[in-house]
Amino acid sequence: MKAYIRGTGNISPQRTFSNDDFLGNVVSYETNMLFCIDPVYKDFINPLQLRRMSRTLRMGVTAAKICLLDSGIEMPDAVITGTGFGCTEDTEKFLLSILNNNEQHITPTAFIQSTHNTISGQVAIMLKCREYNSTYVNRGFSFESALLDSLMLIEEKNAENVLVGGFEENSVNLQTTFGKVGIWKKEQISSLKLLENKTPGTISGEGSAFFMLTGKKDEHNYALLNDLSMLYKPKTDAEVESHLNDFLRKNHINPSEIDLVIYGLSGDEGTDGIYHTIRDSLFKNSASAYFKHLCGEYYTASAFALWMAANIIKKKVVPQSVVLDAKPASEIKNILVFNHNRDINYSFMLVSQC
Amino acid sequence: MDELIAKLKTQIIEQLNLEGVAPDDISADDPLFGEGLGLDSIDALELIVLLEKNYGIRIENPADGKKIFATIRSIAEYITANKKA
Amino acid sequence: MSRRVVITGLGVISAIGDNVRENFSSLKAKRTGIEHINILQTIHKGILPAGEVKHSDEELLQLAGVSENTGYTRLALLGMIAAREAFISSGAKKGERKRTGLVTATTVGGMGGTEKYYLDYIEPGKTGDFVKYINSYDCGDSAEKIADSLGIKDFITSINTACSSSANALMLGARLIKHGRLDRVVAGGVDALTKFTINGFNSLMILDKENCKPFDKNRTGLNLGEGAGYVVLESLEDAQKEGKTIYCELTGYANTCDAYHQTASSPEGAGAYLSMSKALVMSGLKVEDIDYINVHGTATQINDLSEGNAMTKLFGGNVPKFSSTKAYTGHTLGASGGIEAVFSALSIQNNIIFPNLNFKEKMDEFNLVPVTELEENVRVRNVLSNSFGFGGNNSSLIFSAL
Repeated sequence: MKAYIRGTGNISPQRTFSNDDFLGNVVSYETNMLFCIDPVYKDFINPLQLRRMSRTLRMGVTAAKICLLDSGIEMPDAVITGTGFGCTEDTEKFLLSILNNNEQHITPTAFIQSTHNTISGQVAIMLKCREYNSTYVNRGFSFESALLDSLMLIEEKNAENVLVGGFEENSVNLQTTFGKVGIWKKEQISSLKLLENKTPGTISGEGSAFFMLTGKKDEHNYALLNDLSMLYKPKTDAEVESHLNDFLRKNHINPSEIDLVIYGLSGDEGTDGIYHTIRDSLFKNSASAYFKHLCGEYYTASAFALWMAANIIKKKVVPQSVVLDAKPASEIKNILVFNHNRDINYSFMLVSQC
Repeated sequence: MDELIAKLKTQIIEQLNLEGVAPDDISADDPLFGEGLGLDSIDALELIVLLEKNYGIRIENPADGKKIFATIRSIAEYITANKKA
Repeated sequence: MSRRVVITGLGVISAIGDNVRENFSSLKAKRTGIEHINILQTIHKGILPAGEVKHSDEELLQLAGVSENTGYTRLALLGMIAAREAFISSGAKKGERKRTGLVTATTVGGMGGTEKYYLDYIEPGKTGDFVKYINSYDCGDSAEKIADSLGIKDFITSINTACSSSANALMLGARLIKHGRLDRVVAGGVDALTKFTINGFNSLMILDKENCKPFDKNRTGLNLGEGAGYVVLESLEDAQKEGKTIYCELTGYANTCDAYHQTASSPEGAGAYLSMSKALVMSGLKVEDIDYINVHGTATQINDLSEGNAMTKLFGGNVPKFSSTKAYTGHTLGASGGIEAVFSALSIQNNIIFPNLNFKEKMDEFNLVPVTELEENVRVRNVLSNSFGFGGNNSSLIFSAL
């Protein structure tokens, strides 16, 4: 099951919303929390709608619009999104209004916009797109599920072009809450030095990355998404390796043919080990890169990685800011994105030249 | 009435997050919904809460909102007629 | 991709019963589960009617077979109970070599726990027993708890498209089987009543202060409900080979978008019309083949008008027998598609049509009168089930007797 990536739109903690500078001047964060760098939203959304939109909605709708423009497709045949937490700001706002006012004088806007499918819905309303519309909300499988659904639709010929995205919104309250279950680093670090502190915990991030997937070959396409696979709660490293080998075999590709592996290293010493194990076992000769020092850790961070992979293939360059292991310069034909979230949701994506 | 109208304009701008709109930009007699300010049904629900919270007036049927919220002046008149002493 | 997909297991817990047998019995006896809120701690307790599952959280822990509460929300427990019933009833055996997945759905996720402890969550430095609920915060928690309790590992995902969520879960489950990715899918959804949703819907002013009256001229809104509904999907080939009980086949489905407004359907029901007609085309059936429509029928002014218009447009003067079962269970949001799939399967298996409670007077806009008495011994070969969600997602499923 494969599809081409025809266009992208990415709003992230780096300057990625314009497709010009490809991770050249990267930004460092010092508070263990990464927030997106915003484009001028007024350029994309009319003020009457913008006024009530939370950050998630602004980021999501704008990234979708950037992607549509980039792809040259005005009307997709489906709109699908994935998110773990949904619309954080609106959820918090509505929840606090109930708790702080003893359920009295409650206003509806935050409630309406807190639903996880609000971005899919809002994009469809803006485009007047009456086609297939769905939203996946399963932690580190949210974006992958959305991608899988897209690939299936294209294979079924129920869609030629699918607008698919992964988004997440960070907040101080989320940071505080999840700090209590030990996810974040205890010490403040510089995000760009994420892998230098060999300590437990990671840093939080957010982002909104959209893709136009298409079944149609075209010279404007970025790359080919060959396939993807998810692995739930593997018990051992061997299980991960075996699953990955099966995935590659199914796609008729040897580990030696993978030119670049993008690893979801999160700086968490407790859970990063598997990446090193797999690298040593299967990809010693491949170049390697990482991305969470640029976007932070969040349920749909793999969307940032896919954006990176697509751009690497298209622009034929691996930005210095993401290189882990450089290898002798050669064309990057095949990329494997290997990511996991909290050692529970493992995902693998195979991205190639068209 | 003028004082109430001025107060309402500020409250509505705040409640509905009308960024970049100043009280002077809204005339007391311009339509609020559809054309004019271009508010929608979600805004109408917000205004119902505003009336209850700030003026103690409860609108039971959202369909009544259309007439009451037609203009700033009609809201002010409704409040004056219904406000509890 | 020509595998046919059938339902081999059913599981449900709702305001009208803890399992399939009890729900079926209540449906036949015209016994609603909607009454004043009794269990949820809210200022609306004793005032607003809702379809609560008639068990405390502690009782649900026992029903779900959980010995130690390490952070189980009411929602996760409801999901576990219904999913387990479906799985067991499908004849699932331990150690079977079948690629099995879970496609679940929820709109509320862990909010039941979050809203209880949120002020503790966000207070820096505060700790306590409440910490065990933090990992249940998001929608994926119940999926993992359900999957883990059933030993499902091959594929897990959750969908949230508001009120159409679990209908979409069934659709994805069927497609995964047709694509040959899985052999068996537990598909459905779960939602629990929370202050978040009660107050959210109340702020939209679409809750009825009395028991709701779907498709009635004097309807004034919906009643919320809670519960879980799951089916087990397998290929017809596998089910027949193993001699499984087959409730019905999922012969048609469609997911479309109204693209009109975030919370209201278009008056003419464009999205609803599209989802019903596309599902029909996929099933290969003609309009006259549909014996019963389990309508979305929330009893809001807008939905019933929109859905009624769409039905009239599609079926012309011959709209099939239809009813909304939401006057029994309340609107169970993310669980509604799954619960109503179970009811649709029961309808086919038993040749029975459940009544639309509380109906007195038909709407002015069209000539539609739902079934108001239980109809037994009627031929029910094909059922159309609708689920329409906020954000405009419209989903329709067609179930057929084999």
